[in-house]
Amino acid sequence: MWIYEKKLQYPVKVSKCDPRMARYLIEQYGGADGELSAALRYLNQRYSIPDKVIGLLTDIGTEEFAHLEMIATMVYKLTKDATPEMLEAAGLGPHFVNHDNALFYESAGGVPWTATYIQAKGDPIADLYEDIAAEEKARATYQWLIDMTDDVDIQDSLKFLREREIVHSMRFKEAVEILKADREQKKVF
Amino acid sequence: MHDGQWREWHPYVSPCDPCPPIKTKWYVVPPNQFIPFQPMNLPQFPLDEALRRGTLWPALYSPYPSKQKTKGG
Repeated sequence: MWIYEKKLQYPVKVSKCDPRMARYLIEQYGGADGELSAALRYLNQRYSIPDKVIGLLTDIGTEEFAHLEMIATMVYKLTKDATPEMLEAAGLGPHFVNHDNALFYESAGGVPWTATYIQAKGDPIADLYEDIAAEEKARATYQWLIDMTDDVDIQDSLKFLREREIVHSMRFKEAVEILKADREQKKVF
Repeated sequence: MHDGQWREWHPYVSPCDPCPPIKTKWYVVPPNQFIPFQPMNLPQFPLDEALRRGTLWPALYSPYPSKQKTKGG
């Protein structure tokens, strides 16, 4: 079970009316390397991974939901007061027709989220290497998002999220090292 | 450019390229790439600073400047 804290992991401030940026940020909401994919990938892999790294997957998977909330907050703030005309000018006309200004799990290209984005091979090394790759891809996405806006407040939150991907990648690499080691196995000579 | 985390490379420039060439391209190699397993007792940021930076560990910190000029805030 989870305990919910009614606050964001890191403050989200948006200082510029820019629905265009909402369209790009949605990549980290419902895209292949987005926070939803990350959270569901890790929390699902937990069940079939060696005990020593289950806790890590739980912790990081949980934090990804906190990141998902931050992205959702950014998208909401950027679109809540946008008129249909403004949304259309930002390239969000098709989104408006289908969803009004509701959030939807889709990529920046409008492709709905799919479970095929996440993998569970059952092989611990294969799964952890996928997780490392996912973190590095999310880090890259955050870089390109930071490059796409001149709003320093959004940049600030995105830089925090980018740094978290680096830390997560580090921890998954350590998990691989833990599973590679045979320290605890009994050796009979 | 930036700090020691950045690498540059030079893509081939053809005389037939349609757009003005970007002669130098950059990518970042974050510090986690050089730490197989984080050692114990590394130096830490003060807590408020760690919260802002997204990591407790200077050894894992990777700044990323936007390629856009910043304004507002």
